[in-house]
Amino acid sequence: MTSNTPRENTGDRPISPTSVPKRRRERINRRVIPGFGLTMGFTLTYLTLLVLIPLSAVFIRTSGMGWEDFWKAISSPQVVSAYKVTFGVSFYAALTNAFFGFIVAWVLTRYQFPGRKLVDALVDLPFALPTAVAGIALTALYAPNGWLGQFLYPLGLQTAYSTTGIFIALTFIGLPFVVRTLQPVIEVFDHEVEEAGASLGASRLRVFFTIIIPALVPAMLTGFALAFARAIGEYGSVIFISGNQPMKTEIVPLVIVKFLENYNYPQATAVACVMLVASFVLLLIVNILQRWTESIGQARS
Amino acid sequence: MAAILSRVRHDTYPKTDSAITEPRLVRWLLILVAVLFLGLFLFMPLLAVFVEAFKQGTKLYFATFEDRYAVDAIILTLKVAAISVPMNLVFGLAAAWAITKYSYRGKSLLVTVLDLPFAVSPVIAGLIFVLIFSTTHGWLAEPLKEHNIRIIFALPGIALATVFITLPFIARELVPVMQAQGKDEEFAALTLGAGGWRTFFTVTLPNVKWGLFYGVILCNARAMGEFGAVAVVSGNIKGRTSTLPLYIETLYNEYNGVAAFTLASILSLLALLTLVLKNFVEWRVAKSRYN
Repeated sequence: MTSNTPRENTGDRPISPTSVPKRRRERINRRVIPGFGLTMGFTLTYLTLLVLIPLSAVFIRTSGMGWEDFWKAISSPQVVSAYKVTFGVSFYAALTNAFFGFIVAWVLTRYQFPGRKLVDALVDLPFALPTAVAGIALTALYAPNGWLGQFLYPLGLQTAYSTTGIFIALTFIGLPFVVRTLQPVIEVFDHEVEEAGASLGASRLRVFFTIIIPALVPAMLTGFALAFARAIGEYGSVIFISGNQPMKTEIVPLVIVKFLENYNYPQATAVACVMLVASFVLLLIVNILQRWTESIGQARS
Repeated sequence: MAAILSRVRHDTYPKTDSAITEPRLVRWLLILVAVLFLGLFLFMPLLAVFVEAFKQGTKLYFATFEDRYAVDAIILTLKVAAISVPMNLVFGLAAAWAITKYSYRGKSLLVTVLDLPFAVSPVIAGLIFVLIFSTTHGWLAEPLKEHNIRIIFALPGIALATVFITLPFIARELVPVMQAQGKDEEFAALTLGAGGWRTFFTVTLPNVKWGLFYGVILCNARAMGEFGAVAVVSGNIKGRTSTLPLYIETLYNEYNGVAAFTLASILSLLALLTLVLKNFVEWRVAKSRYN
């Protein structure tokens, strides 16, 4: 092919995957494809410089505060009220997404109807749309004189500048997580299991609740946790519709920004530390849930 | 967060065998609920952006682009994307290669670290760079002041925060594509005497080109649309450190709704383009798989 002299490691003949024990094969693989040192070195350096060191800044800064100051910083009434708003509303938004997200995922994978592909494509919109754009668009809809607000306010629904407004924004950004987590699981769900249930005389409702739902629980929990994790950190889409009244509709990320604007760096960092720990715990939970989902999928196939 | 990444679909045709599906009435009811929910929560906001932008006619829509600050914001946003996307492109290729072409212990830990930026609030993503580079409170305050280098409240800070936020996208898009591709073709190329770089450019890269393409477009859309992280590091100085999303906020708070929604409509078009490309790439990948 070329005038290149054969490289010395080509003698390993990597193509005979069955005749070599697995561990040895892996060692051969590592030697055969070049670039391990280069790509791994670059990847680790990049991640260390841009992710690990910057994130550690929050913890190192906080560790210099002393317990008492730290506790005071993270338990001031304004911050506690923000935790309640953020975690409370995120929970209800993720719950709403788990319910409607399930229906959307089910309908998109199991039923055929005109416009299905288009609706499916639209599900990703909250990922691709900048949060600030989502924020002003939702406010245009739900403000007292907005498209929907003008009908909802007379009914007593304060859809903007309230926790309801925050709920709407967090539901918007969280939906794709549930749908996209559930879809592949529903896709590979074996119809034969349902057929077996039906042929044994179970009603469709019973098959649904005793066979389908239990199999989808891990994926549903994963989607819920992902939507919740995204919601507690969300900033851009919320601040326009929330009204940002102290002690009422302030979310934690906004409180951090306000501390920074007042040059109150220690308190901003302390609260950020709490939120980072919450995010890492959620990431861990998601990883465990995903492994559970995969193990169920593997056991079935 | 991985949900926006393209995936191979198992598009089994929906079955309508009466034993294993719901009664027709229930089916249509569920479809109605799903479509109404998505219409209310996803389609209406998207529609609102364009209707509000054109509310006072196309003349006012295009007048927005004569605003000097708007033009500055667009240029700054393009600069930020031009810095952060290539950086994360090189990183994404290296990381995907290191993750998929070798076996070693601790790989899942590496992937978890790669996912960290997804888990961190944008506001905190901005804060961490303030803690390091701020000239008043940062770790590097003294050396930065000494050499008169501005990172926070300037382009480098905005770019850094954007790189952090968009760091996983290209790598996460490439990993499953490279994994599905396997290593056999690389082995063949190497056995025939090609070197590492040659194997990469003539075998690996063509195989993953669609996934890579979508990863870049997605990374770019997120880089241009980032708000929270950039808001913290930029200081939002009109005409200097105001990116497109930040300037949208400024205009909105100044009750200049038409201009705010006009600029928002550009970013919405970018988002729509991203969705179209995602579906195109998924279709390409599915097609090449069945052939």
